[in-house]
Amino acid sequence: MGKTIAEKILSAKSGQDAKAGDIVIVDVDVIALQDGTGPLAIDQFAVLGATEVAKPKQTYLFIEHAAPSPRRELSNAHLLMRAFARKTGVNLSDVNGGVIHQRLVESAVKPGDVVVGADSHTCMSGGLGAFATGMGSTDVAIAMAAGKTWMRVPETFKIEITGRFPAGVYPKDLMLSIIGKIGADGATYKALEFTGDTIENMPLTDRLTLSNMAVESGAKAGIIAADKITAEYLREQGRPDDYIPLTADNDAGYEKIIKIDVGKLEPVIAAPHTVDNTKSIAEAAGIEINQVYIGSCTNGRLADLKVAAGVLKGKKIASSVRLIITPASRSVYLAALNAGIIGDLVEAGAMITGPGCGACVGVHGGILGDGEACLATTNRNFQGRMGNPKGFIYLGSPATAAATALNGKITDPREYIDK
Amino acid sequence: MIFQGNVHKFGRDIDTDVIIPATYLVTFEPAELAKHCMEPIFPNFAERIKPGDIIVAEDNFGCGSSREHAPLAIKGAEIACVLAKSFARIFYRNAINTALPILESEEAVDSISDGDELKIDTNTGEISNLTTGLSWQAEPFPDFINEIINAGGLIGYTKERIAREA
Repeated sequence: MGKTIAEKILSAKSGQDAKAGDIVIVDVDVIALQDGTGPLAIDQFAVLGATEVAKPKQTYLFIEHAAPSPRRELSNAHLLMRAFARKTGVNLSDVNGGVIHQRLVESAVKPGDVVVGADSHTCMSGGLGAFATGMGSTDVAIAMAAGKTWMRVPETFKIEITGRFPAGVYPKDLMLSIIGKIGADGATYKALEFTGDTIENMPLTDRLTLSNMAVESGAKAGIIAADKITAEYLREQGRPDDYIPLTADNDAGYEKIIKIDVGKLEPVIAAPHTVDNTKSIAEAAGIEINQVYIGSCTNGRLADLKVAAGVLKGKKIASSVRLIITPASRSVYLAALNAGIIGDLVEAGAMITGPGCGACVGVHGGILGDGEACLATTNRNFQGRMGNPKGFIYLGSPATAAATALNGKITDPREYIDK
Repeated sequence: MIFQGNVHKFGRDIDTDVIIPATYLVTFEPAELAKHCMEPIFPNFAERIKPGDIIVAEDNFGCGSSREHAPLAIKGAEIACVLAKSFARIFYRNAINTALPILESEEAVDSISDGDELKIDTNTGEISNLTTGLSWQAEPFPDFINEIINAGGLIGYTKERIAREA
């Protein structure tokens, strides 16, 4: 029997014939930490008695959960990270750089890599054809010291996606609908492999929205074959030589095959407080919203800001709403600025913040008030996620977010999108 | 290890943002984290329970963020053990790495009520409900995972192994 992409990568990196269910020790190509989980990993590294990082050039620290720091304890955590980077020679992305996963796909991850990060959305790098997974601080500390980690090779669900998206419907709607269908634990311990003609024609930025949210179904990884679109993306990032093609074998064994025709999809909303609590736009339309947040590793890229600006340009947001927009990285911010997108968004009434995770994870920069509702393009609507357990978070696409900002209530974006 | 304590029962999809909200990730001291453990749905949890009590939950306990602060906060609250129908993947590994004993049993969770007194033997997997007299057999951890937990977590275990091999 042939191999899935996960089995191929984990075979190559363990030097053995790895099949689903096997436990293997793999060489790790990229190791990443952020300022929420990094200080604990650095502490565990020291408790272990380690002094040298096994692969300093392939190890990355990101200051982005609290960037810039809203309180002195976090400022001190940042000092610890900067000192660790100086001492060990690992890479450090400071407060101006942006979200860990966006930065990793822009500048570090290659197809075929094993990526481990102390952040659950590390799975996003799977969109480049890598095996990328989130782990706790201790596991990542040991990976830093050893340059290796152990893994159980996951079984794979093949998600076969066909058809063309109707106007006003986006990969975010697709991913929310997949999670709604299989449930928040429907793929626990599994890898998701996204295939089909829709994926073959999908820009890399949209592929990343799918791989990003794999963990919201419990999955260990969300993987997409590396193909000419991956090659083109890596060329645009100035690293054409990092490309290798990587696909599953035709006779690979899948635990489950899920087929979806996107031609029939409508905009989808995930209602509080779980991501699998999905509603059609018709069911959710009209719910009053106090804050709209467009950003995060899920939907804070240039294409997302462009979609939002397409809806908002020349209009004004409702006076009852705050629209906060956070580009996912410094390079996204710059590109949006140079394309005039930032100007259109600010004209419409948006507030732009520096790149980072703050509002999504509830550390700072957009914490909800008691009883308030937010429509966010992020990946989680857990109770308390945006800093207040008395807040309510609805998830949707950037187009839905922009249309909602215009009306102060959840709005079907198709009203604003040219057919 | 054998634990005996009262049950605090939770529903499904108890995520790590509920177990310890990101606002409090300014420390990794278990006792400090414990002050905010479960705060969004159970304020002052650590004060309202007795040391040695047991969390019982439905499916997908610990889903969401990879923060290892979640098992540390539960340990800081002096919860002895977590029994759930199932655990999310990253939390499962983090619990072992930080030496928080966890166990899975659907049947047991279905029949245990909030406030029941349980006795759990993690070496054999035996769960006894002292309130109702019922008992169940869960899959115990393999020996090497019990060794990690007995060593206080993966760091302690790794150090012991390095010392033994030296």
